[in-house]
Amino acid sequence: MSTMPEPTPIATLPPLDDAGAGDISDYRANSLWRLTMRRLFRQRSAVVGFILLVILVGSAIFAPIIAPYNPEQPLIGIENVTKRQGPCIHLLGCPPDKPQHIMGVDGNFRDVFSRIIYGTRISLSVGLLTVSFAVLVGTFLGAISGYAGGLIDNIIMRVLDVVLAFPFLLLAIAIVSVLGPGLTNAMLAIAVISIPTYARVTRASVLSVREMDFIEASRALGASSRQILFGRILPNALPPLIVVATLGIATAILDTAALSFIGLGAQPPTPEWGSMLAIERNQVFSAPHLVFFPGLAIMFTVLAFNLLGDGLRDALDPRLVHGSGAAKE
Amino acid sequence: MAQYTIRRLIAAIPVILGVLIVTFALARAIPGEPCTAMFGEKATPEICAKFNKDKGLDKPITTQLLIFMGDMLGGDFGSSIRFKRPVMDILIERLPQTIELGIASVTIAVIIGIPLGILSATRRNSPVDVMTMIGANIGVSMPVFWLGLMLAYVFALLLKDTPFQLPPSGRLSAGVSPIPFYKVYGWEFTKGSINATLATFISNFYIFNSIITADWKVLNDAIRHLILPSVALATIPLAIIARMTRSAMLEVLGQDYVRTAKAKGLGPQKVVMKHAFRNALLPIVTIIGLQFGLILSGAILTETIFGLSGVGRSLYEAITARDYPIIQGFVVVIAIGYVFVNLIVDLSYALLDPRIHLD
Repeated sequence: MSTMPEPTPIATLPPLDDAGAGDISDYRANSLWRLTMRRLFRQRSAVVGFILLVILVGSAIFAPIIAPYNPEQPLIGIENVTKRQGPCIHLLGCPPDKPQHIMGVDGNFRDVFSRIIYGTRISLSVGLLTVSFAVLVGTFLGAISGYAGGLIDNIIMRVLDVVLAFPFLLLAIAIVSVLGPGLTNAMLAIAVISIPTYARVTRASVLSVREMDFIEASRALGASSRQILFGRILPNALPPLIVVATLGIATAILDTAALSFIGLGAQPPTPEWGSMLAIERNQVFSAPHLVFFPGLAIMFTVLAFNLLGDGLRDALDPRLVHGSGAAKE
Repeated sequence: MAQYTIRRLIAAIPVILGVLIVTFALARAIPGEPCTAMFGEKATPEICAKFNKDKGLDKPITTQLLIFMGDMLGGDFGSSIRFKRPVMDILIERLPQTIELGIASVTIAVIIGIPLGILSATRRNSPVDVMTMIGANIGVSMPVFWLGLMLAYVFALLLKDTPFQLPPSGRLSAGVSPIPFYKVYGWEFTKGSINATLATFISNFYIFNSIITADWKVLNDAIRHLILPSVALATIPLAIIARMTRSAMLEVLGQDYVRTAKAKGLGPQKVVMKHAFRNALLPIVTIIGLQFGLILSGAILTETIFGLSGVGRSLYEAITARDYPIIQGFVVVIAIGYVFVNLIVDLSYALLDPRIHLD
């Protein structure tokens, strides 16, 4: 089938003047993504999101270099620290003879800043792994459902409806209770409850692409159902999926933190932001910094993915001309 | 419309049955026996055998499922294992609190979110718009539990002894107790009758109860306790509603008939409210309906932080205590609530847009 030119469906066709000259295959090969990138970086909010993400990925990769202390080691007996002491920053007038702790020390005499930095690793991998799993399963189910139609479609979608009939956190709590508390199980629970979202998005795209002429042409050329579904239809369903998945990472991080907060996710001493908050939540009146900083970290990470996802949606939206924003925000 | 409603209700039956089965299966799949959760160290095999026999937990799982389905369809929710009280009584006591919290949150989200969205759309790219959208982006990214704790810190500690001080936990201050409206009015009910149940249920809406009994002290106290949790819970829906309103309005404001309305000399307010907003309402109402699930999930966290024993927190505690009847009863009520909210949203489409015929 490789000799057959693949027409780009109208829904994702970029404006001609941006694509420039060149033969058809060249035009198809790189212009959609190149164009998307160009449109993406023309938006302020997407750029902010991207910069935040670069900072986060940077702190995750270089955590051992950035973090001044071991995130899981109590500093009692090593340094002159008091339990839950507030931030001590030399630049802001903290006496130089005291050891510097930018975000203070927690109830177990650990440096909060180091824990926050290492927490980036956990939150980013939580977001990526959870969403990858949900996207894989959801896309598969949605593709089958949309392509097969009829009874199979009905069964799959009704089962997913049942999942959606529960408040998501409740179902997640129930699943984690069944599997046992822990970060992996919490991630699995969040992944399972987000499957219907991806299945629905894929199904909708498959339904619209399925009826197009180039699919008919593929079939006439003798392509099998599997080839048509995975080789022709699914690639065209990708843009909306990418948008939903980026926003989904934000939700996954938020939900996993919530599960950790009620004690079902990451267990101590793992430097996970949600569980850091949970351990010290009764100290909010006496040591607010122990609650403030982990929450702020969660917010910035979620914000990064939300901004990027919004930007991608606008960049991939064919109704917007040149990304200047004609119809939607 | 009546026909459509009936059809929708019938279509909801398999989903609710599915919810019943999944709930039953999940509740049973949670490791740990109710007996051990109940008696802890004292759970000897003899005690557990008797306990299981009393609660019908020794029967085969399929029999248990059938009994459970039969009871549920007959409106019998069974008795809590932990509290040794009918699930219905606990529901009557705790559901009003969560509904009150939910209504307060949605109200805050709607009355602030929609005007902000309209303002943003009509003054696109102005400082108001930019600030609103930055605020909305931060709002959807905020963990509810963190916001709740921070609000409690600011309003209960930093603003202590100022007029803005607000209580960080509980539903009423100690010593304040509402008198049920039926006692004030001198109504008598036979114990256990449907009327008595209904009256108790309604009187547990403290705000409503104190309004109809003109008990301003309780009303003031209940509202002050409700502010922080409902603001925390409202933040994410507020941000979502503001964004949706803005984009729906932008879409409509670009239409030809809006230009025509302007061209024929209508004032800006009339164009925006009468011509544009009315047509932008459909997606806004959809998104408001979708917030119901978010509110319930958020309620689990908010109720935990603010020490409220509503439905969310009760369910979480029931799951940890393996209190099957409570888990099952509460989840079923929530699922039915879902179905109804979705139905109301779909029915409102026909009211908002006369072109939509539901049949």
